[in-house]
Amino acid sequence: MARLSAAVAGRVASLLLLLAVWEGASRLVQSRLFPGTGAVLAALFDEAVHGALLHDLNATLFRVAIAFAAAMIAGTVIGIAMGLVRALDTLFDSWIVLLLNLPALVIAVLLYIWFGLTDAAAITAVALSKLPTVVVTLREGTRALDRDLAGMARSFRLGAMRTLRHVILPQLSPYLLVASRSGLALIWKIVLVVELLGRPDGIGYEIQVFFQLFDIKRLIAYALAFVAVVLAIEWCVLLPLERRVLRWRG
Amino acid sequence: MTTGIALEVDEKRYPAEGGHGAVIALRGLHARIAPNEFCVLFGPSGCGKSTLLNIIAGIDRSFLGQVDFDGQHVPRIGYVFQAPRLLPWRTVRENLELVLRRGADPGIVETLLNEVGLAEAAGFYPSRLSGGMARRAALARAFAIDPDLLLLDEPFVSLDAAAAVRLRALLLRLVTTRPATVLFVTHDAVEAVTLADRILLLTPSPGRVLAEMPIPIPREQRRDQDIISVLAAKLACLGQKLID
Repeated sequence: MARLSAAVAGRVASLLLLLAVWEGASRLVQSRLFPGTGAVLAALFDEAVHGALLHDLNATLFRVAIAFAAAMIAGTVIGIAMGLVRALDTLFDSWIVLLLNLPALVIAVLLYIWFGLTDAAAITAVALSKLPTVVVTLREGTRALDRDLAGMARSFRLGAMRTLRHVILPQLSPYLLVASRSGLALIWKIVLVVELLGRPDGIGYEIQVFFQLFDIKRLIAYALAFVAVVLAIEWCVLLPLERRVLRWRG
Repeated sequence: MTTGIALEVDEKRYPAEGGHGAVIALRGLHARIAPNEFCVLFGPSGCGKSTLLNIIAGIDRSFLGQVDFDGQHVPRIGYVFQAPRLLPWRTVRENLELVLRRGADPGIVETLLNEVGLAEAAGFYPSRLSGGMARRAALARAFAIDPDLLLLDEPFVSLDAAAAVRLRALLLRLVTTRPATVLFVTHDAVEAVTLADRILLLTPSPGRVLAEMPIPIPREQRRDQDIISVLAAKLACLGQKLID
């Protein structure tokens, strides 16, 4: 417990130092294009109460959530299938490599052209950019499944459901956690690009507006709000989940 | 209800893979095991003993021949592997509960944990267990399904001698109160003659039954070290002669 609070104190100190450096630099530069912490916080508060911040945040998080869920579910199923069946792996491996190396920007532009500037195209583009890393991670996890435990499950006739829940999923959970954490980090960045390209709302769209207006303090305020939400998800959902799932390693 | 077994394994072959040629693990292995019998499969390492157990357990189905369980379609099989094969992410108690049949009395888990001396460790994850404790947990798990047939694949190997003696005694106690047909694989002559009603000697790969050696002395009288030594020497000698 003492070590935990020391770690928290260290983290807080580090954040305060960052704020101090920013504030100092801003005072040194004295430019409208490099606002200080006070101006940004005021803009943040103002946008949250009177502006469109909450609406945009909501729209972006919705896209993140759907794209994340779709990429995780489809990627897990495909990854497990490719890990189990060698023929599928041979057939689709080069597709995955291609998708892995196709920039998200290209995917987004193509889908917008083919399916119009719709939410469906935007979300599909984001999910498709994330899909191959999930597939590769879960394929790795499936290949590493313990044959001895599979034999145990069969000899005790555990059946498909109990085998999946108690034998297979616990072995895949570290891979699922890696895929979700890196997935969230990737997706929330791509979402902004896709919004900037072809959506009428969302954080990415606002960033573009503030870019055109050279309204830097609002630009930073919107970015910070979004980063705060993503970090909150990481710390309040993914990390505790990881601790719970891996507690048997003690 | 315990079950007899008619084993007719004509051939078990592992296909060629990665530079290794095909290996014939078992050929012409025929044997009959009576209900309630404690039968030891004795043979050198690599003679296909584990393969045979996997065939009987239904884990390995790619072989020529058949395994018949006295008319019972699927007997309940408790398997104790060479490594304990406990689920590391489940506690000892959960590992036992997991294998229970639908509708089985969950009280049997506590009873068995008491009998094998793991009541205190029921809430531990397997990583906290010593080698001997993990074997006892694996033993308790095999009994938790109220088995008709018990398969044990060198379950006490790599334990120190004293722990192995205690675990053999524990196994015999459990089998006495919960009768089952037992197939026990070992290459340890002392272990074989301590436990068996009958010993089947297997040849080196491809394995088949070379000879059998019944042990007519009741188990209670086998505590005598001299008798055990004599029997073990006889078994080792028999095995050596047959191989030559």
